[in-house]
Amino acid sequence: MATVFIALQKNEESRAIVDAILADNPQATANNEPAMVKVDAPERMVIRRETVEQEIGRDFDLQEIHVNLVTLSGNVDQTDDEFTLSWV
Amino acid sequence: MDTKVKTRLNLRERYNLMTRDLDWEPSYQSIKDIFPFLEYEGIKVHDWDKFEDPFRMTMSAYWKYQAEKERKLYAIIDAFAQNNGHLTLTDARYLNTIKLFLTGVTPLEYMSGHGFTHLGRHFKGAGPKVACQMQALDELRHAQTQLHAVSNYNKYYNGFQEWRHWHDRVWYLSVPKSFFDDAATSGPFEYILSISFAFEYVLTNLLFVPFISGAAYNGDMSAMAFGFSAQSDEARHMTLGLSVIKFLLEQDPDNLPIIQRWIDKWFWRGYRVLTLVAMMMDYMLPKRVMSWKEAWEVYGEENGGALFRDLGRYGVKVPMGWEQACKEKDHLSHMAWNVFYNYGGAASFHTWAPSPQDMDWLSSKYPDTFDKHYRPLWEHYAAEQKAGRRFYNATLPMLCQTCQVPMFFTEPDDPTKICYRESTYKGDKYHFCSDGCKHIFDNEPEKFIQSWLPVHQIYQGNCFPADVDPTQPDFDALAEVLRWYKIRPGEDNMDYADSPDKRNFKAWREQATTN
Repeated sequence: MATVFIALQKNEESRAIVDAILADNPQATANNEPAMVKVDAPERMVIRRETVEQEIGRDFDLQEIHVNLVTLSGNVDQTDDEFTLSWV
Repeated sequence: MDTKVKTRLNLRERYNLMTRDLDWEPSYQSIKDIFPFLEYEGIKVHDWDKFEDPFRMTMSAYWKYQAEKERKLYAIIDAFAQNNGHLTLTDARYLNTIKLFLTGVTPLEYMSGHGFTHLGRHFKGAGPKVACQMQALDELRHAQTQLHAVSNYNKYYNGFQEWRHWHDRVWYLSVPKSFFDDAATSGPFEYILSISFAFEYVLTNLLFVPFISGAAYNGDMSAMAFGFSAQSDEARHMTLGLSVIKFLLEQDPDNLPIIQRWIDKWFWRGYRVLTLVAMMMDYMLPKRVMSWKEAWEVYGEENGGALFRDLGRYGVKVPMGWEQACKEKDHLSHMAWNVFYNYGGAASFHTWAPSPQDMDWLSSKYPDTFDKHYRPLWEHYAAEQKAGRRFYNATLPMLCQTCQVPMFFTEPDDPTKICYRESTYKGDKYHFCSDGCKHIFDNEPEKFIQSWLPVHQIYQGNCFPADVDPTQPDFDALAEVLRWYKIRPGEDNMDYADSPDKRNFKAWREQATTN
């Protein structure tokens, strides 16, 4: 099984994004490393704008992810509402 | 009339409007004259509009988020400098990784900016043009932010001051330099494949993620800030690399064998450059996050494996040399640091033997190899050093014609035997560290016979200052090479134990904690 991942700088904005990922992707796991957090999921991971907005308590443009992004793996597809990583 | 007025375009519509819809077909010049480099590599593209940036990043969004990244980055760099952040490092020994980074990697960022500016001009499709222009700006930003961040250390420590001069001359820096020179002198399709795909997608995670995480672990907030800020751009570059390769594979079946050849070549080229990163992670960080082997398993084997399974449906095979890279993970860093310890008198940073605690960590991370093959070597060096005979190798190593790394790599299945390969071309014999490097040479001998090999150049007398007379009896070749390098012996190099950096760091740290 192929893993997709996203790593974010460890800060308050990323905390909300990671919580949103974990809420929407039951198979995802968050791994804390020095200064960053890496979230792994089998085959596919979706970041939903609505869920991030609930967690962060304000409007959120999914392109804001770039500000705290460290790295990722998988094929990317980004729309206004979803940011998807997948190997399927 | 009952028309629904749409107030806001969605991301895809905005992207299309602001990229390919800004493009036009030329009317009074031929496409071939405008884009003269698109055919000679043999790559066939039928419809450039089929390429779409998966992030759908427009120029205005790019400026907005890049500006935000910059503000955050400079706030951290300033705060770090303002508060004497250098004294909160685990140890000044750590800074030798940053010296290697500044002299080996930062000039490549700048070169990469040139390369992507060229691609932004010479690709025909508006989608890849825009993505390449963004990447060109990113690369310039990386070079600048790295210089700004590191300039703070240059105020206090040796080994930073001549970074650009060293990049073009010093022996091991020809490894990253020649890698990029090779890429920059290839065609536009090979260039984007070598940098965005092979280097960025398959390999930069190994440089920027565990190593920069290591910088944070060692208290270096400025390297953490520039490293992660750069890597956030790399995430976009990697995505460009992967989408470009898929785009080309979908455009024409004839592209597959060309692309496979480049994947084989550039995976191996990039992997050989990462030899330097392996020793940074295992030997040069005072406090380590993970071993090279562990990083290779996560970012090489697991992530690269997933990538190549995904590309398998286009007929792409795992690159040549992959298996050997997996075998070398138990040996790479140990072999490399041994060579740098040997040549610590000719480097522009400090070297040292691992302490007993360091060696215990290495034993635990490399249970199959460290105690058997490498611990005895380090214990021997340590004993010599204790007796006042710190070993510095006074001869010069043989270099691989392709990767320019000294030929210290062992046979993939025999760690006691150095691996030698050779080819004869137009009556001359050329030497290689591996099947991978020999294969690359054999495909492009006219390019690689021109390699500027530092050791050859020294022996040919091309690396001395102009005022030198090598026929004089008191001529000291190494001293003259160092003078030409502008390396100050004992200040910029030799063992860390005897360095002004070590003494100064200790004295300043004491001043910082007492009156």
